[in-house]
Amino acid sequence: MRKAMTTLAAPAGALALTLIISSLALWAFGSNPFDAYSDMGKHAAKLETQVDIWNRATPLYLSAVAASIGFRMNLFNIGVEGQYLIAALVAAQVGGLVSLPQVLHIAVVFVVAMTVGGIWAGLAGLLNVTRGVNVVISTIMLNFIAVSGFMAWWVQAWQADLREGESLAASNLGTKPIDDSGVLPDITGWVEVFTNDIRDNNPVSGMLIVAVLVGIGYYVLLNRTTFGFDLRSSGINPFAARAGGVPPKRMILIAMFLSGAVAGLIGLVEVFEISKFRPNQIQGLGFGGIAVALLGRNSPLGMAFAALLFAFLDISSGILQQTETASQEIVKIMQGIVLLAAVVAYEVARRVRVRDEAKATAEALAEGVAA
Amino acid sequence: MTLPGSLTDQYNQGTKAIAQRLYGNDAGPQSTRASNTSGMPTWLRWMLFALAGMLLLTIVQSIGDTEKLTSAPISREMLRWALPVLLAGLGGLFADRCGVVNIGLEGMMILGMWFGAWGALEYGPWIGMLIGIAGGAAGGLLHAIATVTFSVDQVISGVAINILAPAGTRFLSQEVWGSPTQSPRVDGIGDWDVPVLAGGTIFGWESPDVLLTIAQKEWWYISDVADFSRGLMRGTSLLALIAVALVPFCAWLLWRTRFGLRLRMAGERPQAGESQGVNIYLYKYVGVVISGALAGLGGVVISSPELSGQFLEGNSGGRGFIGLAAVIFGNWRPLGILLGALLYGYVFGLDLKDLDGTASHALLLLNGIVLTGVAGWAIAQRRIADGTLAGLLAVGAFIWWLSSDTVPGWWSNILPYVVVLLVLVFFAQRLREPAALGQTYRRGES
Repeated sequence: MRKAMTTLAAPAGALALTLIISSLALWAFGSNPFDAYSDMGKHAAKLETQVDIWNRATPLYLSAVAASIGFRMNLFNIGVEGQYLIAALVAAQVGGLVSLPQVLHIAVVFVVAMTVGGIWAGLAGLLNVTRGVNVVISTIMLNFIAVSGFMAWWVQAWQADLREGESLAASNLGTKPIDDSGVLPDITGWVEVFTNDIRDNNPVSGMLIVAVLVGIGYYVLLNRTTFGFDLRSSGINPFAARAGGVPPKRMILIAMFLSGAVAGLIGLVEVFEISKFRPNQIQGLGFGGIAVALLGRNSPLGMAFAALLFAFLDISSGILQQTETASQEIVKIMQGIVLLAAVVAYEVARRVRVRDEAKATAEALAEGVAA
Repeated sequence: MTLPGSLTDQYNQGTKAIAQRLYGNDAGPQSTRASNTSGMPTWLRWMLFALAGMLLLTIVQSIGDTEKLTSAPISREMLRWALPVLLAGLGGLFADRCGVVNIGLEGMMILGMWFGAWGALEYGPWIGMLIGIAGGAAGGLLHAIATVTFSVDQVISGVAINILAPAGTRFLSQEVWGSPTQSPRVDGIGDWDVPVLAGGTIFGWESPDVLLTIAQKEWWYISDVADFSRGLMRGTSLLALIAVALVPFCAWLLWRTRFGLRLRMAGERPQAGESQGVNIYLYKYVGVVISGALAGLGGVVISSPELSGQFLEGNSGGRGFIGLAAVIFGNWRPLGILLGALLYGYVFGLDLKDLDGTASHALLLLNGIVLTGVAGWAIAQRRIADGTLAGLLAVGAFIWWLSSDTVPGWWSNILPYVVVLLVLVFFAQRLREPAALGQTYRRGES
């Protein structure tokens, strides 16, 4: 009973602390925090906003799963950012070039995205197992190489392709549009069965289903398969795992590849929405995903809640900008504080639990001696 | 988490044996100074390295038909762009040496950028610098509270700081300057010309500009060295002097004082320190706060006229992360970090000044020569796989150099990062991180 209470108390405490600190920040700079929160709440109650939140939570969740596959093995894949951008770029490029029947075409886009993401992350894994290069550093470097090298190269090529008179605006640049046969359909129709009509220009991304499937797959893989057991045990104690016959190098390679393959899906949410890749594709989802994975403690369900929370905060910045009740930057601050507060709260809860257990054991022993 | 009787111990002994084979007997975990076999003072050795590097650059410049590689503007750019990386790297050094991973350097740097600019606008550049340092140190303190007191995973706390800092500074900019992304222009703490060598003035006397005279003689190599050195000595920002002076200071502090010994103890074997009555928590706190302060100073440099002259969102540009790479590149030693930062600054600065692409093209030749050297070295050490890999890359670089006149812009963009990766690929096994880096330490638990 007490155990359940400490488990729930941690996230609740973290949330309360976040609200207190951000209220103080808002109040200190002359905004009324309650107005801001009620604006955010009213905004989120609207159906359109909820669609936005789901559409933002989808890539965040995928990004979190990608990061957490590495975390479970103590591999810090900071490079999700670069992996998803490069994967989305190549997948959109390939998808725009080929024309195939619908299911096959979509499958090609998915396979290309996952392979490219997997290879880009696997490169860091390969450097780690063959040359002993720290994964944190190599994935950071690969991020820079993907964004300021690979993407810049394509942007140059697109600029050269522009016709006379077209502006260099990012909206004119990008890959060749993918035919409709290669675009994953939206699932607005399914959602409308339960709700009112959703505005046409605001469809629910079909990637939501993919994200749910990835979440289920992640749970099954980690908790119901030998591979998952090996992966978790390598993360908890690599020496013991090796003694138990788990090949550490192969595990690192597979984990990095899987992590990158899931990362490859992140960018597809936007690619399917606009049928192409453009240079001003939403960035920062990789780092956001790391935060979501940490907040959700690498659990498939926890990360889903965390992704929705972060998506809600992201989307709320728009309404704050509109109503001007508070500076919209407060939502990012809240994301950072909630993350820090949550990990501190989890640690405190853990210490309380350990102390309680020690006390219970001591009492049980004392009773045993007395009897 | 150790098992009784343990596999971990066996593993550690194994790695120790390997380390001894690699470094020789004097470089076990106790010794963190480079094994100095030649008996030459370290500074002299580094001086010779620098001169040899200049010789290589001059040769490549002569073959490669460009004049930029050794020119004063390039060395000036090198120093400017190296500064933030150097300071972030030194910050990373202090954190790592006391056993705390600091991914949050980037965030602490952003805090330094904002508070440095704000302080300079409110109270003038000198106080502004101190306020910027304090801003970074506050980020470090937050990291220390989370990781040392609350045992939060060090990477998690760092990531949180990297989210908080840009959001917080955006918020503050909006409230203070009415624009979320930038501040008004700020003043710097001033420049300095080295007297006699680069024509600085002493008490109103305008000294001769010796290096300029030599540089204008167009003596092969000698004039190149003079010109390159002059770029470092003329119009040098006082911030640059402070930053460069911090390198020997940090080395002295960490390796020649009792404070430094204890701080490193916290990163190598905290339980051993504890048994001698050292307050490990305190040293970890101090190390991480210094780390934040140095990263904050790096941020001050970015906002100062030396680089941007204002707070501008995104201008940290991931240099905190590159500082982190410089720490590893430099094998957790101040001089190595300086070298890494200068290398980054050189490649980055050269790209900015190289509008026609000839210098970057000549750099391909340099890459080829250096890789050939690496290949020879690896084969001499009987590391055939390394040698082959380096050889293949060298051949690739030569072929590219011969078959092209310029290199595309994206190649110069990524060159600094490729260099870091290559260095790690060939030398990662010779690096040794502090033994307890990243581990959670609780007093009384082992």
